[in-house]
Amino acid sequence: MRCGRFVVALIIVVSATCALLPRRAPAQTVVKIGLISSYSGFVAQAADQAQKGIDLYLKEHEKDLPQGVKVELVRRDDTSNPEVGKRLAQELITREHVQLLTGVILSPVAAAIAPLTAEAKVPLLISIAAGGSAIPRISPYVARVSFTLWQQGYPIGKWASEQGWKKAYTAVSDFIPGHDSEEAFTKGFRDGGGQIVGAVRMPPANPDFAPFVQRIRDAKPDVVFVWVPSVQATALVKAVRDLGLREADIQITSAQDLLPEEQLPAMGDTPLGLITSGNYSTVGERPGNANFLAAWKREYADGAIPNFLSVNAWDGMVAIFDLIKATKGKFTGDEAMAFFKNWKNPDSPRGPIMIDPETRDIVQNVYIRRLEQQNGKLANIEIATIPMVKDPWKEFNPPK
Amino acid sequence: MTPSRAVEAFARRHRYSPLEALPWMAAVGAYFAFPDYLALGAQILATILFALSADLVLGYAGIVTLGHAAFFGTGAYTAGILAAHGWGEPITGLFAGAIAAALLGVLSGLVVLRTAGLALLMQTLVVATMVAEAANKASFITGGDDGLQGMEVWPIFGRLHFDMFGRTGYFYCLIVVFLCWLAARQIVHSPFGRSLTGIRENLRRMHAIGAPVARRRLIIYTISAALAGISGALIAQTTQFVSLSFLSLERSGTVLIMLIIGGVGRLYGVFIGVPLYMIAQDRFSAVAPVYWYFWIGLLMVLVVVFARGGILGLFDRFRR
Amino acid sequence: MHLSDTASAIISIGFHGLAFAMVLYLISVGLSVTMGLMGFVNLAHGVFAMAGGYVLTTLMSRWGLPFLPALLAAAVAVSLASLPIERLLYRRLYGGEELDQVLLTMGLVFMSVAAATYVWGPLQQPLQPPPWLSGEVDFGVRSFPAYRSFLILCGAALVTALWLGIERTRFGARVRASVDNLRMAQSVGIDTSRLFMTTFALGSGLAGLGGGLGADLLAISPSYALQNLAYFLIVVAVGGLGSIRGPFVAALLIGIADTGFKYLLPEFGAFFIYALTLGVLLWRPRGLFGRA
Repeated sequence: MRCGRFVVALIIVVSATCALLPRRAPAQTVVKIGLISSYSGFVAQAADQAQKGIDLYLKEHEKDLPQGVKVELVRRDDTSNPEVGKRLAQELITREHVQLLTGVILSPVAAAIAPLTAEAKVPLLISIAAGGSAIPRISPYVARVSFTLWQQGYPIGKWASEQGWKKAYTAVSDFIPGHDSEEAFTKGFRDGGGQIVGAVRMPPANPDFAPFVQRIRDAKPDVVFVWVPSVQATALVKAVRDLGLREADIQITSAQDLLPEEQLPAMGDTPLGLITSGNYSTVGERPGNANFLAAWKREYADGAIPNFLSVNAWDGMVAIFDLIKATKGKFTGDEAMAFFKNWKNPDSPRGPIMIDPETRDIVQNVYIRRLEQQNGKLANIEIATIPMVKDPWKEFNPPK
Repeated sequence: MTPSRAVEAFARRHRYSPLEALPWMAAVGAYFAFPDYLALGAQILATILFALSADLVLGYAGIVTLGHAAFFGTGAYTAGILAAHGWGEPITGLFAGAIAAALLGVLSGLVVLRTAGLALLMQTLVVATMVAEAANKASFITGGDDGLQGMEVWPIFGRLHFDMFGRTGYFYCLIVVFLCWLAARQIVHSPFGRSLTGIRENLRRMHAIGAPVARRRLIIYTISAALAGISGALIAQTTQFVSLSFLSLERSGTVLIMLIIGGVGRLYGVFIGVPLYMIAQDRFSAVAPVYWYFWIGLLMVLVVVFARGGILGLFDRFRR
Repeated sequence: MHLSDTASAIISIGFHGLAFAMVLYLISVGLSVTMGLMGFVNLAHGVFAMAGGYVLTTLMSRWGLPFLPALLAAAVAVSLASLPIERLLYRRLYGGEELDQVLLTMGLVFMSVAAATYVWGPLQQPLQPPPWLSGEVDFGVRSFPAYRSFLILCGAALVTALWLGIERTRFGARVRASVDNLRMAQSVGIDTSRLFMTTFALGSGLAGLGGGLGADLLAISPSYALQNLAYFLIVVAVGGLGSIRGPFVAALLIGIADTGFKYLLPEFGAFFIYALTLGVLLWRPRGLFGRA
């Protein structure tokens, strides 16, 4: 009898406890995304710019996710070493079970990770790196949303030849991104009927550009195309000023890496009139940009300035969120790639962009900009638009 | 001490002690305890070999070098280029890497080892920088800044594939590093090795007793280069990728730091210094990537101020 | 007088090389003296140069100080800040193992990278030269950028001042004596401990000055000390430890020849200073004017 009462009491206590326990929340879908960037090393500056774009998008649009879906961004630093990047990607896939990888600043890191994506069937959406036009060909699970060096080098070459400038000289950094930019401009300029009168390749670790700018002067071209990684932009612009290239009537062209918006305040008046090609300028007039800039100002009131890296990384997040929204956060690698191949964003801060289903690389407007004063500040004013440019290198080099 | 006692003590020093099996047992245990970290583990093992090779020249022969990455990278690129051009057999790839690095070691050693002190340091730095520049220039072979593409490493003995989870890679590295360590240990405890300690501690006396100093230094430099080449080839084969960062000054400097933290000239300092550094870096870069530099810098300063002689030096002091 | 294009180009190259050489010299001379005097491998020397650059740009942009006072303030600030580092850290390792010195100073370099990133962010710090130093100066034959001309003048003035200081003052004599033979100097009654401290502060202050002045050429960013380490070490090794003249000649050689070769053979321009270093050190392992 006592036994029985004890059992009854136990049952009452247990059921009461169960009733009072908090109800387990409905199962949440957490989409884990691996973000690999070079936070330490010589491109830390670029990583910082891109990260701001990513963080801003997350902050602004987290609320747009479907009910019960959360995004977890797992950040890793590849320390500018491709084999570290590859190992991190491996660990993100096998240990953290990420559903996709994104980010990546250095194209050698992207090249190292690409074969993994095929083995694991985990997509890589390159949202920052611009080198290596052939990288999407390494694996069917790679897509790119940023831009390629050929995409900005070729159009300005062609455009320059159409301005009546007959002779061009190129001066680029002596490593693969420099070579790619040089080849792209050269082909564009020649395709437009121009003549390349000389070329110089400058050592990558180089503090003083004076000797090379002097060579440019010596060659007396109508126009010169220069390309250096954005961390050396200020130094090159200073050399241009010191050696009086402008006074020698040489038109200077480059790509947007030369005049990133956050370095403009440091350059003084020197770069006025410089013409660059690029996919984003802070003064581009379109609603997507106005919204982006407004959000940026709200978040980064301390005067941080966005540039093309911030916008490319932002757009990468747009694509990923679009994927999540369309699939409610549940997708396989193949489904993700099928989605990305047909992805479009007509409203990006850079204008309309889309991913080419055949090459899985980005298709976007390329703007020719001239640096001018606007409202008391220097800005890259868009003077011409070449619409919906596909990566020219892939066009000229179809897969065998 | 009676003569027989002295001989006994001497013999004891060079016999294998059970303590020496510890790191290897730990390495095998790690395979089972940390199945998700095998890729990191393989890289740690290969880096241990790299640091070991540096210890041979630095700790035993007293040659301070800031250019050891040149040998590491040469081994890596040799194995990598072979694998990218149709010969993916891993073990012969290792040998090829060792030979190429040894060749570079002999040639550069002939030039560099004539000097000492700061001049020697600078020479090694300069040679390594020139090798890195040459690799960048030869981008049609090395892939330049983009890195070496298309490496296909064949399965070991035709059966064991290098997979994404790093299982094969881990054991491959473990066995190779173990064998190389055995070799290094033999060298260090041989008469040749002991003469190196003599060269390091008292150069004049060694000259006076007629020891072929220059030749010995060159030999150890070459052996060290070969081992560094093997470690580079290991990383190339297990990650199936090689890039210019393998030849960088940063890599030379980092291996030096790991070695000094663990304890130089003791052959076992590397088992402590390398995992400590690499695991700390891995953890930090996951949490606070930008501030990794601060904490490792602080660790380095603290080691110098409080733990002179590295972590093994600390152990020594406790034992006494 | 109208110069031919080639002559004009050569002069221009020579000029820019000279300016670059001055910056290298200003930063490296302190390193040469302290390495020769204290036998201390100070890989963190670049940190003092970087600090000078950061202080200068911050004083000018944040507090609106004019250029020259800010420059002097930067040099003094760095000099003073170096004293506690010398007392607390470096002093322990005089006469010690080279490797320990390498580890300590590399650790300081790493910490400086993180500290600079934390305080100033990863971007390069812009230096806006004052209006009276912007633009060009006409030397009759041709005009040169004013700022670079100023750099060359400063460099020349400082070399002279240093030389006079080392050769003509008692302090300089003590330094020379200690570099030549430390033990003798001590037994003659020279307070070497004080001497080390003063020389170190002086060397660091000069580095700060060089870093600030040269901010136009060697951009001030958190990784400054790492990026330019090789340049400073090469100047010191080629010039010789413990000398004032040595780094000057080496800096001239490196600065002008580097610029010149990059102009004449740009494809291989980078190799040149390394080949030069290799050659000089083989011929004279102690450097061109090495004494220690």
